[in-house]
Amino acid sequence: MGLPDFSIALPEIFLACVAMALLMIGAFRGNKATSLICWLSVLAFIIAGFLVQFEAQTSVTTFDGLYRDDAFGIFMKTLCLGASAFAVIMSIDFNKREKMVRFEFPILIVIATLGMMVMISANDLMTMYLGIELMSLSLYVTAAFKRDSVRSTEAGLKYFVLGALSSGMLLYGVSLIYGFTGTTNFDVLAGLFKSGAEEAGIGLLIGIVFMIAGLAFKVSAVPFHMWTPDVYEGVPTPVTAFFAAAPKVAAIALFLRVFITPFGELVGQWQQIIIFISVASMILGAFAAINQKNIKRLMAYSSIGHIGYALVGLAAGTEEGVRGVLIYMAIYVVMNIGTFACILSMRHRDGMVEEISELAGLSKSQPWMAFFFLIFMFSLAGIPPLAGFFGKFYIFIAAINAGLIPLAVIGLVTSVVGAYYYLRIVKIMYFDDPAEGFEPTSRTQSIIMTVSGLFVAFFVLFPAPLLEGAQAAAAVLFS
Amino acid sequence: MLDWPILSTVTFLPLVGVLLILLTSGKEESSARNARWVALWTTLFTFVISLFVWINFENGTAAFQFVEKGDWLGGNINYHMGVDGISMLFIILTTFLMPLCILASWEAITVRVREYMIAFLVMETLMIGVFCALDMVLFYLFFEAGLIPMFLIIGIWGGAQRVYASFKFFLYTLIGSVLMLAAMITMYFIAGTTDIPTLIDFNFDPHLQLWLWLAFFASFAVKVPMWPVHTWLPDAHVQAPTAGSVILAGVLLKMGGYGFLRFSIPMFPEGSDYFAPLIFALSVVAILYTSLVALVQKDMKKLIAYSSVAHMGFITIGMFTLTQQGLEGGILQMISHGIVSGALFLCVGVVYDRMHTREIARYGGLVNRMPRYALIFMIFTMATIGLPGTSGFVGEFLILVGTYQVNTTVAFLATIGVILGAAYSLWLYRRVVFGELVKEDLKNIVDVGRREIIIFTPLILVAFWIGIYPEPFLDVMHASVINLMDQHETALQAGKAIINASK
Repeated sequence: MGLPDFSIALPEIFLACVAMALLMIGAFRGNKATSLICWLSVLAFIIAGFLVQFEAQTSVTTFDGLYRDDAFGIFMKTLCLGASAFAVIMSIDFNKREKMVRFEFPILIVIATLGMMVMISANDLMTMYLGIELMSLSLYVTAAFKRDSVRSTEAGLKYFVLGALSSGMLLYGVSLIYGFTGTTNFDVLAGLFKSGAEEAGIGLLIGIVFMIAGLAFKVSAVPFHMWTPDVYEGVPTPVTAFFAAAPKVAAIALFLRVFITPFGELVGQWQQIIIFISVASMILGAFAAINQKNIKRLMAYSSIGHIGYALVGLAAGTEEGVRGVLIYMAIYVVMNIGTFACILSMRHRDGMVEEISELAGLSKSQPWMAFFFLIFMFSLAGIPPLAGFFGKFYIFIAAINAGLIPLAVIGLVTSVVGAYYYLRIVKIMYFDDPAEGFEPTSRTQSIIMTVSGLFVAFFVLFPAPLLEGAQAAAAVLFS
Repeated sequence: MLDWPILSTVTFLPLVGVLLILLTSGKEESSARNARWVALWTTLFTFVISLFVWINFENGTAAFQFVEKGDWLGGNINYHMGVDGISMLFIILTTFLMPLCILASWEAITVRVREYMIAFLVMETLMIGVFCALDMVLFYLFFEAGLIPMFLIIGIWGGAQRVYASFKFFLYTLIGSVLMLAAMITMYFIAGTTDIPTLIDFNFDPHLQLWLWLAFFASFAVKVPMWPVHTWLPDAHVQAPTAGSVILAGVLLKMGGYGFLRFSIPMFPEGSDYFAPLIFALSVVAILYTSLVALVQKDMKKLIAYSSVAHMGFITIGMFTLTQQGLEGGILQMISHGIVSGALFLCVGVVYDRMHTREIARYGGLVNRMPRYALIFMIFTMATIGLPGTSGFVGEFLILVGTYQVNTTVAFLATIGVILGAAYSLWLYRRVVFGELVKEDLKNIVDVGRREIIIFTPLILVAFWIGIYPEPFLDVMHASVINLMDQHETALQAGKAIINASK
């Protein structure tokens, strides 16, 4: 028996080595080296991103079928790496100003990203769990990263306790599935259901339900969303920006992978659950955000709602649906990064502010930041011609083609309710009289804002690359 | 036919103006002046170019002209532009009103002038795009995107209740449109394309048509607006700045009517047939009810806003009679209403700029100090009533002729609306313009100036032109309208055949 094919996991191996090397630099040079480590980790993300592009388009497995590479993986990993890179860049300024410069921060993000890539490439329930835990444990630490702040530590602890509970549920589900089918491998599971060798018995279904619960927690879908607002509000803002993007992408990717590949044949069994989760998330996300006063809390509810929309695509259970989810997540990540770049720029001389009312009259004091914020808000609300509209459009195409017309209509109507609170932010920025102005935005923040703002605004002109990438990635799950 | 993409040019030309405004910087004062001039020249230039569309338009054919096609989203969703006899005049209407709007805002808008002009130019692009788009997704894009600049125009430069009005406007329209989006996706699923000409020839299942029709109705009824979903309009009109009201009444409302003509009637003939009585009923209620409501208004803009709802009621009746007179009258009345009600809002704007109130009771006897204003206001009051010789008459007359062929009761009730329309319009005019000039603060009011005369002259000319010699306008429509009726008829027959076959 020869060695397994390592080349398939090359980006992951690379990131793991980088994480350890950076850790060594940090250990010897201390916090002085933080910005060096930050930029090195961004560089590592970029290199890993390149390596990912060279992976196989068609499905290949290694490590005895534990690990898989395909176009789907390329798409999702690129997204995660990009989101993580932006999260690190956004954190640099913030950490300096808030006097929480610690070299561990970028390294933790690198390790979390490694976990995400393992999740995305998982071809076995064990690999999946490994990836989730690697990601989650790093996230717990970053959540409590501002260790002198009661808010941050409380959020970290909350996240940890609830996260551990959900991991437990997930693991319990995995064990049930293993117990009833005798395997943890995705391909073998898929084969069992396809050939009809395995009936979807009650035990197996309970296992699947537990898995859904665990995964729903990771993507913060209703009814497993309770941690989201508190954690989003409590943790330092760059961490919120990170939480809102990359881990969501990875968890959604896993959701898709698990429910399309091994359990794709059982769509009739899990579709109803996903529909419920999706409807509940959309409704809660829309209504609960209306009264929020804290922008991060509002973004938490907004993210719950957006996950609801993404899950509409999964509920469709078709190739079109998966394509819709991929497009949606890609656009969602960009909008989120841009929005958080704006939120990170909400700073008075004496520190960060998070109250929405502080945005009053921003259009006069900082017209460009207000303009980009406006673009992101309308895009999150799904108003054409901004990118957010196309995300929703492809999701609803899939839902309607799969015959889920009531689901699509509920989604469309909640998007109108959701539009209200995005409009409220626009109203505060543009219609209200100026409050105390913010400090000028830092250069990195304005670059990130501009780049993502331009993407969101001009996606309508150049939609083809993303659409085709998502198409290829979705097709591979069904081949 | 022209060998360059004239429709795209006309549509996106205003964005060039936006770029220019963005490039001009400098002090508040000078950048505001630059923005005004750039916006004016851009809109004028766009208007001139758009005239080429009309000049080169072939009247004899019902086919789409100046067609442009390009790849866009893939999956049979393309960038497809083109006009026919129904849509062409709306483009001219839009480009015609825009320079006047810019002129009307010349002195009225003093804060954030650059942003204001940018919002208007973006708005112009989106409005023209709506009338040019021959792809449903493209149409939806322009249709919806217009909400953003209009939301900002009402919200930033509007009156005291502007926040409430802008939210109401945005959310009302949005809830209607998302249902339309659901219907569009369903059609895409069934027909496999979002190409409008293809979909017009596609026969949807008669039963499904009813649902699709209702979904589109939800959007267009809000936009038109029809009773009982008209309540956003008075708020939006009253709070919007003058030019915003002109655009709202002049063009945005027409998008609803245009939508009925482009989607509901040709694509869902069964639905249109089935629901025509509903349209008649709602329109008659709109005409009678909103006319009565208009009678008791204390605010000038609100009165004109309610009169818009009543006039749009006529238009929807005319269109759904599906007679040639009704349809052509409907289209012509939309053009005429765009001119006349736009002009009436400008008339209100003239006195508002001077007195900063729109309360009718604060005025009276203006004829003594403002004879030219009194004349202008009278012309448009007569036009809105539908006095023969003005543009309002031709459209209204054609609509009533068309309606009489289909349903005499509806025609009778609608005619009562004409009388009520005369009542509230003349009474408004009487209270504002005639009588003794007794109010102290009115004694120094000045008559319309040169800029205002420049604004009103083209409007007066067009109002009389349509009233006296409407042929050039009607000639444009004939072929397309007849084609629309033929299509409707054959589609209905085909639908009957299917139903009979299945029995």
